[in-house]
Amino acid sequence: MRTFGWVKCVGAAVLSTALVSCASTAADAQAQAPSFDDAVKSSFKERGQAGMDRLNRNAMQLACSVPADQSPTGDAAKAIQEQAQARVVFPADGEYFGDWKAGEKIAQTGKGMQYSDDPAEPNGGNCYACHQMAPDEIAYGTLGPSLKGYGKLRGTSDPMLQYTWTRLWNSHVYNVCSHMPRFGDAGILTEQQLKDVMAYLFDPKSPVNQ
Amino acid sequence: MKKMSGMRWPALLALTIMGCASGVVVAQQSDDDIFAEYREMFGDDNPAELIEWQGEDLWKEARGPKQASLEQCDLGLGPGVVDGAYAQLPRFFADAGRVMDLESRLVYCMVELQGFDKAEAAAKPYSGRGEEPSALEALSAFIAGRSKGTPVAVPQDHPAERAAFELGKQFFYLRAGPHDFSCATCHSQSGKRIRLQALPNLTASEDARKAFSTWPGYRISQGTVRTMEWRMGDCARQQRLPEMKFGSDVAIGLITYLGVMAEGEPMDAPGLKR
Ligand code: HEC
Ligand code: HEC
Repeated sequence: MRTFGWVKCVGAAVLSTALVSCASTAADAQAQAPSFDDAVKSSFKERGQAGMDRLNRNAMQLACSVPADQSPTGDAAKAIQEQAQARVVFPADGEYFGDWKAGEKIAQTGKGMQYSDDPAEPNGGNCYACHQMAPDEIAYGTLGPSLKGYGKLRGTSDPMLQYTWTRLWNSHVYNVCSHMPRFGDAGILTEQQLKDVMAYLFDPKSPVNQ
Repeated sequence: MKKMSGMRWPALLALTIMGCASGVVVAQQSDDDIFAEYREMFGDDNPAELIEWQGEDLWKEARGPKQASLEQCDLGLGPGVVDGAYAQLPRFFADAGRVMDLESRLVYCMVELQGFDKAEAAAKPYSGRGEEPSALEALSAFIAGRSKGTPVAVPQDHPAERAAFELGKQFFYLRAGPHDFSCATCHSQSGKRIRLQALPNLTASEDARKAFSTWPGYRISQGTVRTMEWRMGDCARQQRLPEMKFGSDVAIGLITYLGVMAEGEPMDAPGLKR
């Protein structure tokens, strides 16, 4: 339960700074203006699988709802990162690799969790939205670094596999306000899907390593 | 208003066909290249023009329970003044007591002048695939078109206008949902792209100017005009949020924020979009 204590603590700290800064800058605006959270809630409505609970922010989301140069530092950042680390779940059977071909599909699929998506379909990981991976796939995004030749360049030592699994599970362990989705922690991908993506990154036969 | 030339119909048809295939074509070549080609082919013949004309007809047509036109609608520069009005929206309207963007203002006028029921007028703001443009889409295309060349000057005089800006700016950085995305995730760095789609950096004036001044836009992939509220709502969908309500404080706040960021840019809407 210690870990949850951290969440509340960071959350409360962030919330109170947010309130203080709102109160001062918007004082001249509307005296009885609704709070930011109320304005947000009243601006959305549930649709399909996207319920209103998606607007409830956890401690990390609250702390990271700022421009990049105002991201938390020091103890505030440490608290979020330790909390993220404590929640990482490694594969129960100690096996990191699934099927790279299934992993490739996951890396290419952008669907999943939008209200326009069929909730019965498996979620994609959409890695190509942000990363270069296989050298012959030119439709890749650039929000994240290139992962071309990932396994070939980094090898498959235990620390490297743990590092990469942790990255996929919750990237905030390494970068407090990372913009990479928490594929494991937020339940976007299943353990099996994560293993498939791991194989896509590391398997010598995977197109990523050609 | 130019009249329809014999050339335009085949051009429109070709554009629609290419639009359908664009998902495939686009994956092979940079988006920007393809649209540069489209633009070169069609030049000033933006297929949105047809929809602008429909919007003008709608503006002048007696409709609704009161059988009145919208011609006396006050878009911020006085009743009936259309030229240049879009470039100064959203703004605070004393009669409604709130900040409104073009789309929510049009609903207000449909209710007040034409006697439409509010819920009904705002029920289906965007047309479905293959449908005729909605009244709000056609009217937006027409009204935005009448600001062509007018520099963007979204007012920040009234406290409610400043509050709308602050709300929009704060929301821009709000991270939420299963993917933790904020608008800033995709729109706060220059020169980035998602797959092959260029991502404008909406926190920098150059990209914000280009983005704001070209909406509403004719979406080639959808074969119709989409409005700025549609754009906000569709990005929120990709953000994995619930549905952003039409005319909501967040929608109007974001549009105010973008408009202020685009200060001074001559309007050039409806633009041509992917
Ligand atoms: C929304 C964009 C986004 C998506 C989608 C995304 N990533 Fe990332 N990823 C990033 C960013 C940005 C970084 C850089 C580190 C950071 O900011 O935390 C990163 C870092 C990484 C790293 C660490 C790279 C290194 O040099 O150590 C790996 C591995 C990785 N991503 C794999 C993936 C995989 C696999 C997927 C798909 C399941 C994926 N990412 C989806 C944005 C994304
Ligand atoms: C997951 C990434 C992502 C997120 C999050 C996102 N957008 Fe976008 N946005 C895009 C993409 C991709 C495009 C270009 C779409 C296209 O070409 O069809 C775009 C286009 C736009 C445009 C039009 C730019 C132009 O020049 O036409 C605006 C304005 C915009 N987004 C605003 C926002 C706002 C405001 C938010 C937050 C509510 C947001 N976006 C969230 C990916 C995103």
